[in-house]
Amino acid sequence: MNLNFLEFEQPIAELEAKIDELRHVTHDKEININDEIARLQAKSQELTRSIFANLTAWQISQLSRHPQRPYLLDYIKRIFTDFEELHGDRAFADDPAIVGGVARLVDRPIMIIGHQKGRDVKEKLQRNFGMPRPEGYRKALRLMQMAERFHLPILTFIDTPGAYPGVDAEERGQSEAIARNLYVMSALRTPIICTVIGEGGSGGALAIGVGDRICMLEYGTYSVISPEGCASILWKSADKAPEAAEAMGITSQRLKELSLIDTIIPEPLGGAHRNVDEMVNTLTTALQEKLLELDKITIDDLVEQRYQRFMQFGRFDNMI
Amino acid sequence: MSWFEKLLPSRIRTDGKKSKHTVPEGLWSKCPLCQAVLYRAELERYLNVCPKCNHHLRLSARRRLESFLDSETYQEIGAELAPTDRLKFRDSKKYKDRLLQAQKNTGEKDALIVMKGEVIGVPVVATAFEFSFMGGSMGSIVGEKFILATQAAIDNHIPLICFSASGGARMQEALFSLMQMAKTSAILKRLTQAGLPFVSVLTDPTMGGVSASLAMLGDINIAEPNALIGFAGPRVIEQTVRETLPEGFQRSEFLLKHGAVDMIVDRRQMRQKISSILAILMHQPRPEIPLELENST
Repeated sequence: MNLNFLEFEQPIAELEAKIDELRHVTHDKEININDEIARLQAKSQELTRSIFANLTAWQISQLSRHPQRPYLLDYIKRIFTDFEELHGDRAFADDPAIVGGVARLVDRPIMIIGHQKGRDVKEKLQRNFGMPRPEGYRKALRLMQMAERFHLPILTFIDTPGAYPGVDAEERGQSEAIARNLYVMSALRTPIICTVIGEGGSGGALAIGVGDRICMLEYGTYSVISPEGCASILWKSADKAPEAAEAMGITSQRLKELSLIDTIIPEPLGGAHRNVDEMVNTLTTALQEKLLELDKITIDDLVEQRYQRFMQFGRFDNMI
Repeated sequence: MSWFEKLLPSRIRTDGKKSKHTVPEGLWSKCPLCQAVLYRAELERYLNVCPKCNHHLRLSARRRLESFLDSETYQEIGAELAPTDRLKFRDSKKYKDRLLQAQKNTGEKDALIVMKGEVIGVPVVATAFEFSFMGGSMGSIVGEKFILATQAAIDNHIPLICFSASGGARMQEALFSLMQMAKTSAILKRLTQAGLPFVSVLTDPTMGGVSASLAMLGDINIAEPNALIGFAGPRVIEQTVRETLPEGFQRSEFLLKHGAVDMIVDRRQMRQKISSILAILMHQPRPEIPLELENST
C-alpha cells in the first residue's frame, strides 16, 4: 500500500506505480512507449476525477487530515510577504499550536492567525498536533485586539483536531479562553475572514472562527465533535465514524447548503497536497476578493451584520 | 451510621444496593455522597442539598428558578419555543424520538428555562439549564432562548443570571449547536455594552461547549460546592494524558484555586448573595433580606 495515498485512492496509486515502472523501462529500450504513458496518465486523471466526484463525508474527513496536506506556514510562505511572527500571550507562555503575526497580502497590511500542525514527529509534538492550550487562544486574542487598534483586517486559518484536553489546559482555563475569544470577536471593529484549511474541530476551531466571511477549502471539514468522538458517544463504537461523519454533515458542500459557511474554495484535482501551487493561487484570489467585498461595508454595518449573522444560526421557521 | 438512620427500622436502612428495594419510591431519598436516607419533603425544603453532608444534588430548572425568584414575581419567557430536527439526525435512535422521550420525561420542551422576576426585590432575568433534558445539551432552542433572555434583560435594563448544568453542545444538531456558542457569547457582549451585569452560576456539571461560551463569561462567576466544571470531560483527559487525574480535579474548589470563579456559594445562600451583589452593581439600595434567611447557614 502506498502511504502517500489514502485507502480509497489505492486504485490511483496502482496506476501511478505502473506509470513509474514504464518510465524506467524507456531507458532500456528504444521502443516508444510515451504514448502508453500518456494513455495511462489520462486514465489516472480520469480515475481520480471519478473517485473524487463521489467522496463520502468520511473520505473527505481523511483528506482534511492528510499527512501531506499544506499547513498554515506552507501557505504563509507562499501567499504573503513581510510576515513577522509575533509570539506569546504576555501572561504565561507562547503556544506553538497557534501561529500569528503581521504580513502583507499583495502589499496590503493584514494580521494572520491560525492553527499550525507539525509535519514530522518532533514538530508534531512541539506544536501539540495543532491542539492549542489557553495561552494559544490568549495570544490570538491579543493579536486580534492589536489588529483592531491598527485597523488591520484579520485573516484566520482553521486547522485543528480541537482544543487540547489536558490537565494544564484545564488549570489555566481552557473554557474561559475560548469563550473570551467568541465574545470579543463578535464585536471586533475590523474585518475578519475565517478560512477552514483542514480540520475544523469544535470549540477549538470556533475560538478563531467568528468572522464576517467563513470560507472552507473544498476538502476541509468543520464539526461540533470529531466523527470518532461522535460515534463513540452516540453509537458506542468509534468504528461507526463513517456513519457519524455522514450524519453530522461536516463537509464544505453540506455546510454551504445549510448556509453555515459562505464560500467553498475549490481544491486541485486529488486535493490541495497534489498541487500546492494551484491551491495557493486559488486561495490568494479568494482572500483578495473577500477583502475587497468587506472594504465596501462601513465598520458599523460590518459589526452589525456579523452579529446578525450569528444570531440567525439555528433560527428556524417552525420552532414554535 | 447517622442518628437519623439509627432511628429507622432496620428494614429501610440503607446498605449498598439493597436499599433500592427497601426504600419506598417517592417518600425517601438517599444522598449519593454520604448515603444518608433523607425524607424527600425535607430534602426538597433544603433545595436538594443534603442536610447531613451539604452535598448539592441536582435540582430541576423549573424548581431552581421558582425557588430562586421571589414568589408571585416570576413569569416565564419563550415557553412556546420547541426544537426541530433540521438535519434529520439519526444515530442508534432518531433525534426526533430522543426529543419526544426527553420532553415526556421532563415535561419541558427543551433544556433551557427562562423567567423574568425579582430576587429579594431586585429585578432580573434568570435562566436555568435542565440537565435531565438530554444532559442539558445546547442546541438551537437553548441558544435561541438564551438570546430571548439576554434581550429581555437589555430591553428592561436589568441584570441576567444563568444557572448552567450541561454536558456541552448537542451533537444531534451538529454545527448548528457549535454556532450557539458564538451566538450566546455575542449577545453577552451586547449585554456588557448596555452596562448590565451577567452572573453565571456553574452547577454540577458544566462542561464542553456551554462552559466554553456563556458559562465562563460572567462578570461574576459563582460555583455551587463540588460541581464538576471544565472544558474536556475527565475521561477524555485521562485517555489523552494517560495518567490518573489529581483528587478534586475540575471541581469547584479547583476552579476557585485556579482563578476561574469568584466564589463558591451554598445553594441555600444563593438568593441573598446574588441579590446583594447585583444591588451593588446596579446602584440600588441594599435588599431587605428576610431575617430567617440571614440567619440560616
